[in-house]
Amino acid sequence: MNAPRKLKVATTSLAGCFGCHMSLLDIDERLLELLEFIEFDRSPLTDIKHCGPCDIGIIEGGVCNAENVHVLREFRANCKILIALGACAVNGGLPAQRNHLDLRDILAAVYVTEEGLVPGTQIPNDLELPLPLNHVHPIHEVVNIDYFLPGCPPSGDAIWKFLTDLLAGHTPRLGHGLIRYD
Amino acid sequence: MSETNTFILDDQEIPFTPGQSVMQAALSAGVFIPHLCYHPEFRPHGSCKLCTVKINGRPATSCTTPAAHGMEVESNTPEILDKRRTLVQMLLVEGNHFCPSCEKSGFCKLQALGYELGVMTPRFNLLYPTRPVDASHPDVLLDFNRCILCELCIRASTEVDGKFVFALSGRGIKKHLVVNAESGRLADTNFSLADKAAQVCPVGVILPKRKGFAVPYGERHFDDAPISAHVDEFKPVMPGQEGRS
Amino acid sequence: MKNSDAIGVVLKRHGNDGTRLMQILRETQEALGWLAPATLTVIAAGINWPRSRVESTAGFYSFFHTEPLGRYRVLWSDNITDRMLGNMDLMQAMCEKLWLEPGRVSADGLVSVDTTSCTGMCDQGPAILVNYRAITHMTMERINQMVELIHVQTPLAEWPAEWFKIEDNIRRADILLTNTMAPGEALRISFARGTATEVETSFSERSWHESMQASDIGASATLDEIKKSALRGRGGAGFTTGLKWEACHNAPGRTRYVVCNADEGEPGTFKDRVLLTRQPDLVLEGMTVAAFIIGASKGFVYLRGEYRYLLEPLNAVLAKRRKLGLLGENILGREGFNFDIEVHLGAGAYVCGEESALIESLEGKRGVPRNRPPYPVTNGFLNQPTVVNNVETFASAALIAAKGGDWYRSFGSARSTGTKILSVSGDCERPGIYEYPFGVTVRQVLEECGAHDTQAVQVSGPSGICLNRDEFDRRIAFGDVPTAGAFMIFGQQRDIFEVVRNFVHFFAHESCGFCTPCRVGTTLLKNLVDKIADGNGTRTDIDEIFHLNRLLQTTAHCGLGHTACNPLLYTLEKFRPAYERRLKLLKFVPAFDLDAALSQARQMTGRDDAGAHLEPQSEVAQ
Repeated sequence: MNAPRKLKVATTSLAGCFGCHMSLLDIDERLLELLEFIEFDRSPLTDIKHCGPCDIGIIEGGVCNAENVHVLREFRANCKILIALGACAVNGGLPAQRNHLDLRDILAAVYVTEEGLVPGTQIPNDLELPLPLNHVHPIHEVVNIDYFLPGCPPSGDAIWKFLTDLLAGHTPRLGHGLIRYD
Repeated sequence: MSETNTFILDDQEIPFTPGQSVMQAALSAGVFIPHLCYHPEFRPHGSCKLCTVKINGRPATSCTTPAAHGMEVESNTPEILDKRRTLVQMLLVEGNHFCPSCEKSGFCKLQALGYELGVMTPRFNLLYPTRPVDASHPDVLLDFNRCILCELCIRASTEVDGKFVFALSGRGIKKHLVVNAESGRLADTNFSLADKAAQVCPVGVILPKRKGFAVPYGERHFDDAPISAHVDEFKPVMPGQEGRS
Repeated sequence: MKNSDAIGVVLKRHGNDGTRLMQILRETQEALGWLAPATLTVIAAGINWPRSRVESTAGFYSFFHTEPLGRYRVLWSDNITDRMLGNMDLMQAMCEKLWLEPGRVSADGLVSVDTTSCTGMCDQGPAILVNYRAITHMTMERINQMVELIHVQTPLAEWPAEWFKIEDNIRRADILLTNTMAPGEALRISFARGTATEVETSFSERSWHESMQASDIGASATLDEIKKSALRGRGGAGFTTGLKWEACHNAPGRTRYVVCNADEGEPGTFKDRVLLTRQPDLVLEGMTVAAFIIGASKGFVYLRGEYRYLLEPLNAVLAKRRKLGLLGENILGREGFNFDIEVHLGAGAYVCGEESALIESLEGKRGVPRNRPPYPVTNGFLNQPTVVNNVETFASAALIAAKGGDWYRSFGSARSTGTKILSVSGDCERPGIYEYPFGVTVRQVLEECGAHDTQAVQVSGPSGICLNRDEFDRRIAFGDVPTAGAFMIFGQQRDIFEVVRNFVHFFAHESCGFCTPCRVGTTLLKNLVDKIADGNGTRTDIDEIFHLNRLLQTTAHCGLGHTACNPLLYTLEKFRPAYERRLKLLKFVPAFDLDAALSQARQMTGRDDAGAHLEPQSEVAQ
């Protein structure tokens, strides 16, 4: 019997802190076991810049700027299934705590009215910089998401259980202790 | 002891004493029914709807429905579990629930029910309401972002403390907690950390100051086992219920 | 007069009685303009309630404001029928002339303009309330004059009287609306009933008779007539009136109450307004007959706040009836029969049409439906046995008390006896009030009111049934198309989706917020419908509507939540193209405009390059 084709997996962090990616590495030596079944496409682990056709896309972080939207759309367009990984992807998380403030007030406070700014400081308008959205959104508000794995971050064990369930063809089920919102 | 006072809950025979609700009888028998606004020391409220079951095929809140002999009650069916999951999701999108930064995490009944029911996503678009906190009181912080409007603090302050510190104002999605002061500030009420109302919040609204994150991960209340395994904590202690045969 | 003095006068008028808080708040607000924090403190002290509970009540009702909303508060009735008459354009024009945004108070604090739920003037819209006084037939010309009057701060009392004229528009009258019975006649006949021969005819109710004292024979015999008539409640639920009254009579209690539900909040309904205008004696007599039968000594008419203008006329009728000995002590000389009625005004809360919420409101509290059982017939106002019936039910009961159950049964059909008053509005030549014997077809109503090329009829308001043209031979009756009275007609040119959207917004606005599914669910539904309206809807969103419906129907606390999805369900079934032509082909589209979400950053950075914009998702990308 032929060895099954390795599944292509892409990962990225949008408005996140890479903590979920660190947690992915926390599955430790099991990562090697995992690599028998998967290979990474676009990911901070590979430094591939754009996503090709993939079986699984894993998104950390919420959507806070235009670039996040482009990346998320690229993943949705290329990945058969898309997973929201961690609190920020699931409900906006810490970055979304700015949502009750007006973005204009935030930008003005940070770049214009804050004490101690170098004179002449202005709100950055470099074309290279992505513009922030009025509000931070969890990723399911921007594209269709197939699976959610909450946690800040989800533990390495939770990620392991989730991915191995998925690879084995099961709908992932996390028991007590693995499903966590914090 | 009457042998005739039983009903069927998901194929299990549950005994009850007359006057008990379906919820009280189930909890007494060690069978957990999810709930948020029910509290063993207070009269049933029936607002969170998490405890919805089907009684003889009709939906009903188990906390407000008196147990009756021969009832057939369905609780853990896929249909009802789906509804409970959706109700938890509604509460998660209605408020601002950021567990990583909440002192109540690990002790929170909403969170524990989310785990119990396998809620992996808020599902709906989040409403992100603006709800300023009230830090005026020397001993207690009020973080309204997490309020699920179960009215337990209102009932405790009214019925046990006799202080009427809390009440609801507004209507519909704009319904919110207010305190008994013209200024709207908790500091201007006679609220005290020793009040019953300070002890009953199932989520992280009423918090003692200078005491956050005192218990390490792994040792918090609901870390050891799912909330359903904590069923003994919710057994009824309503006056008049004990000692009946 | 100082504010505290003004509040003192109101408190004194109501005996510092907290159960009268609704009236105290309204009258205080009428005197002071708004309910300031300090005002609530004074009221709380006056009625010896915790301040938090007073704020709780004040914060629940749309017509109480705990922040200043201007010396003139203009509220545009926002039923779909007002919309069809162009109310949104008129409101916008008014706002522009007043230099303000809807929902905001003008900079000088003089005036605010906003929308409100249907004010019950659907046959003479677009309608508004100014300081809770109804004005109908709004036009640009009236707006121009009104803006002038507001600018020069002319008191409302000096505004043109014809603006405040409310038409009855009775187009078809039957036994209720043609009634010419003298006040007291139904009572006299009821008192006289119970002679030997009369009792003989009602032997089937023997067991109940035996529980009554001899002096109650007139009451029991009249109850028999009510039961024989098979009268069912006209508020929508259709419970058998005789059984309700009997249960209330038999319930143990210190005292008993009769409550007339004149909250008439179901959008598109205005027949109770006309009954209370044209036949107030018949309604009040029905209440007095009920009191006679159940043994009540106190009655209330719970009048919706939108009908504030009816308060003084109704009080005048009550005063006249007291003078005639039809209310008060020993009514019509009958020893020991003491009964009086008081009008209580609501303050803008549809949910108070639910009887237990209405009772909560009567007690001065938030209008939140109670857990049931127990029902009001055993545990109602102040926990005493209470009969709550609709205006039309009491009017019908008065006729039955006078003319007998057999006479009444000769109208209508076997299962739906008597007549039904319909409030007809929308696309027809003669909107207004139509009283028909039960069993009339929808088609006949449409013909008689001059409706042509009708696409749909919404019967019984947003929570009722939407009928399409294949169903116009159905009959208005409990067994077929039951109704509380609303009959809104939509011509072929109307967009049914906009009708639904109006109704969904209504439910979100009126949810009391007690239970999770209705409080959050009605808002989620509103957001979904707005998403579809914005052209961002997908089939996934339609699936979500059905999912939410299953939850609300089974877990909501009261009828408002149970029926909140009805407009969506009926129209998804019968008018699906109204949705489909708005849906995207995609499986998923965000609910918000991503490009618009960059607007504030563009504004602050001054950028407008390609990178400062987001294209919509391509239809083929998924």
